[in-house]
Amino acid sequence: MFFPISNSHINPLYLAVVGFVIGILGGFFGVGGSFIAGPALRLMGVDWNYAVGTDLAHIVGKSIVAARKHRTLGNVDLKLGMIMAVGTIGGAEGGAQLIQALKRAGNVNTVVSWVAIFVYVGISAFMLWESHTTLKVHKGRSRRAVSDVKAAESKADHSAFGPVTRKIQRVKIWPMISLPTSGIQISLWTILAVAVVGGFFSGFLGGGAGYIRMPSMVYVLGVPTHLAVGTDLFEIVISASYGTFTHAIKGNVDILIALVMHTGAVIGAQIGVVATQYFAGPKIRLAFVPLPLIGAAIVVYTLVTGHKL
Amino acid sequence: MKQDTAKSLRVFAAELAIYAVLVTAYFFLVLHVLGGWLYQLETKHRILYAVVAILLIAGQAVVLDALTTVLFRLLRRRWR
Repeated sequence: MFFPISNSHINPLYLAVVGFVIGILGGFFGVGGSFIAGPALRLMGVDWNYAVGTDLAHIVGKSIVAARKHRTLGNVDLKLGMIMAVGTIGGAEGGAQLIQALKRAGNVNTVVSWVAIFVYVGISAFMLWESHTTLKVHKGRSRRAVSDVKAAESKADHSAFGPVTRKIQRVKIWPMISLPTSGIQISLWTILAVAVVGGFFSGFLGGGAGYIRMPSMVYVLGVPTHLAVGTDLFEIVISASYGTFTHAIKGNVDILIALVMHTGAVIGAQIGVVATQYFAGPKIRLAFVPLPLIGAAIVVYTLVTGHKL
Repeated sequence: MKQDTAKSLRVFAAELAIYAVLVTAYFFLVLHVLGGWLYQLETKHRILYAVVAILLIAGQAVVLDALTTVLFRLLRRRWR
């Protein structure tokens, strides 16, 4: 099928299947799935700027569906999500501006590719170490099916990075924000810092940057994994909507491609959300590890083969 | 307990099937009715294009989700 806005020929079934896979991952991990969607669009010959903007557009719809479903399961901290949205939008604008500057300089594809590889591999390596260590230390606890224990108990989380997280939570820089749903009290500036960094990568690498924000919410803020997944999706709705708007104005969004991807993504997202009920936090984080690596592998492939780079 | 899980999974699968049909139909409707107009909009009126793009994608998520729920309720009543 020919998509005139981005001037590209792509099989719609390919887009729907990519959307479906990303939807499942999004609903389960609370990520936009840009580490797969961006490279997957690049593989079909879509320019990086269109891949970034179009990916954001399909993420909006998918995250609405997944966040609504997570809310019914009690997995969304609205207060935290609203605060983070402010910082994310600021950071996303910075990232989008950098993309524009690189477009003008003529080396957007190379720079974004190398940054993507570095970030994806770094996240995977850290989460592999952390979740593996946590599971070893708390052997046995995660064996119980989540559905068998009370909701509050099942969402209580353990992390090998916990001591560092508690130190971060003890940093008392006014104003301190109490988040009863997540069960934490933390400085507003810490929340905003996490949001701005996530937002920057959202604007720069595309997607909702859940691959950075979801782990940051768990490791830096100390939010339980299930809540981090749901809250991240809620926050992605706001930030990705803004990102879509700003990228569309800059001519980086092919809405027809986004709509095809979305047909598969919304179905997958619903399946992913329901699946979270059957897994404990550290196992969700361990399962997360291969995802950014897949994204990195696709980017390496496009770099090595010179596929429209 | 297992019967409850199986039943809720069946309900979930049925809702999902209805939703899948609706989102696919929605895409072809948008492509057929708005395809050419969206292309023109993207080249000439970027701000309007940005607003329409968000409305189209959010509409696909929110409106079709609500429509699925209504349709599913109607179908369940008929089956009973």
